[in-house]
Amino acid sequence: METFPVLLIAIPLGGAFLVPILYKAWRRLAEIVAGLCLATVLALSIYLAFFLVPGKPLVYLFGNWPVPLGIAFAVDKLSSLMLLIVSILAFFSYLFAIRYMDQFTGAGKFYTLYLLMLVGMNGVVMTGDLFNMFVFMEIAGLAAYALVAFGTKPKELEAGFKYMVMGEIASLMILLAIALIYAATSTLNLADLSRAFATMDKTPGFYFVVILLMFGFSLKAGLVPFHFWLPDAYPSAPAPVTAVLSGVFTKALGVYAMARILFNVYGFSRASSPEVFNALLILGLVSIVVGGLLALPQKDYKRLLAYSSISQIGYIVLALGIGNEFALIGAFAHILSHSLGKGLLFLTSGSVVYRVGERDITKFTGGLGKQMPWTSLSYNLGALSVAGMPPFLGFFSKLFIILGAVKAGFIVPAVVAGLFAVVTLGYLLKITNKVFWGKEGIKGIKESPFVMVFAMVCLVVLLVAGGAFFFWLKPHLLQPAADVLLKGTEYADIVFRIGTGG
Amino acid sequence: MTPIVKVVVRLVGGFIFLYGCYIVLYGHLSPGGGFAGGAIIAAGLILSRLAFGTTAKQEKSASISSSIFESTGGLLFLLVGLLGLFVGGYFFINLFPSFGTQGRLVSAGSIPFSNIAIGIKVAAAILSIFLVLASTKYIFKE
Repeated sequence: METFPVLLIAIPLGGAFLVPILYKAWRRLAEIVAGLCLATVLALSIYLAFFLVPGKPLVYLFGNWPVPLGIAFAVDKLSSLMLLIVSILAFFSYLFAIRYMDQFTGAGKFYTLYLLMLVGMNGVVMTGDLFNMFVFMEIAGLAAYALVAFGTKPKELEAGFKYMVMGEIASLMILLAIALIYAATSTLNLADLSRAFATMDKTPGFYFVVILLMFGFSLKAGLVPFHFWLPDAYPSAPAPVTAVLSGVFTKALGVYAMARILFNVYGFSRASSPEVFNALLILGLVSIVVGGLLALPQKDYKRLLAYSSISQIGYIVLALGIGNEFALIGAFAHILSHSLGKGLLFLTSGSVVYRVGERDITKFTGGLGKQMPWTSLSYNLGALSVAGMPPFLGFFSKLFIILGAVKAGFIVPAVVAGLFAVVTLGYLLKITNKVFWGKEGIKGIKESPFVMVFAMVCLVVLLVAGGAFFFWLKPHLLQPAADVLLKGTEYADIVFRIGTGG
Repeated sequence: MTPIVKVVVRLVGGFIFLYGCYIVLYGHLSPGGGFAGGAIIAAGLILSRLAFGTTAKQEKSASISSSIFESTGGLLFLLVGLLGLFVGGYFFINLFPSFGTQGRLVSAGSIPFSNIAIGIKVAAAILSIFLVLASTKYIFKE
């Protein structure tokens, strides 16, 4: 188990470099190797998520340099939960992609970029070093820019370029913050930084760095004032990539990194620095409202889902801003439920595009549910979960966020969150109404190939099972992850104790 | 290109390549290293391509071989790290810390090996960027 963190990086990285060589020799072999890498990563992260003891993180020292000196990976319950979510969605999107990528040329490059994106996301959630986090963010980001433009049609290239410019602005803000932090503290290790920040005066410069970091991570997460790249980038990317981008990419690079740095490194809490948390609360609320309202009039299948993603990420950031135990459990439950649910919805969009070749929902006459029963079923169940209907995982996540808001005395955010769950259902059922329900279908359309249906049905099963076993998941996965954030700077003490061999 | 360019490139090309190799191999002793040396090697390769020109067939085989070299460089670099993991117990641990004399060419343990891997990777990557830019043409039209 000690070497798992490095294997989670090395296996997909090795796969990413092997695939282009193998692809030239035999296409299927390259796909099998990519699949084996993803399956191994999934197996390792399931083991880590369930068998890691809370309060005893794995600290992996590169080159055996003790903690403040070298680069260290620190995998605690929060990291392992994120790893689990990332690898589940990456694996099922890969299954979907095997047949979906038949439409594109150069699928070998797709698997390389896909695995590199996985390397980046795994690295961001595991690393214990600020600059290392930036490097992994760039690995994931550069792979994502190329994947958004993978179709190489003018619109896709434009969306990819736009995404690259916006993403690099965010990266530059984070880099500037890192430079200022390094100038002030002479260290970049997260645990060491946490100790340095504890004794630092709260000058305007201190808050300037916090604002730079929040700006960068909010742009990566696609929160509302910084969301302009997102509705172009998501519809342009191939469906399996959109599923990963929406499902885990923005959460790992934006929400996770922001939560880790604000809670564990700066040691902010609702009681000690309400101004930071109010900023998060407002960002979250604005994202919920604007994303939800902009999703309502959309005509493009994937663009509607993209605006919906903005709205749902808003829920997570709102919960972080509330910052009590219930809300944080809700935040992690929502990260899990939204990544599975929205990933599933984007996969169904891919399934419809694969067979019909059309994304504009005003051109559909309805009745596609007759020809594509499994896609229709997956879409409807996924939509119910994302909207927060009772038997599914999405219900519990929104319930806990609203409970947390009420408990902390934020009645207006709680009411808005509850109201926009209904709005969510409204715009998601618009697709059901226009595309799947009705008598007259489009003639000559068949259900998608087996692996694509299999990937979608697996995600539906996970959503239903997550809802059914929520009160088993809560103490095993969600509560320990929330505890990591609630304990704040205790993270530094634990990492130092384990990382120096004590 | 004019004969002047061709003659100069014929004279200088080999030296640029050699200088790139020198920068890669002495990376652990003097300024330079895998990235800088790889970029110089790629500059030598690109220079001869610009001076003498290529046919479409040569471009195709060059892009295939450069992508193979690029992957190989990445895999070699990963191998240096993984050997550290399997032999020394830690990823990227120095395998031969006391091998050779300090300050001489044969020294510094695993660092020269990772420099060589990075050099291969960077040279092939920059060459393939050049090949892509030289051989494709996009026309933006709505």
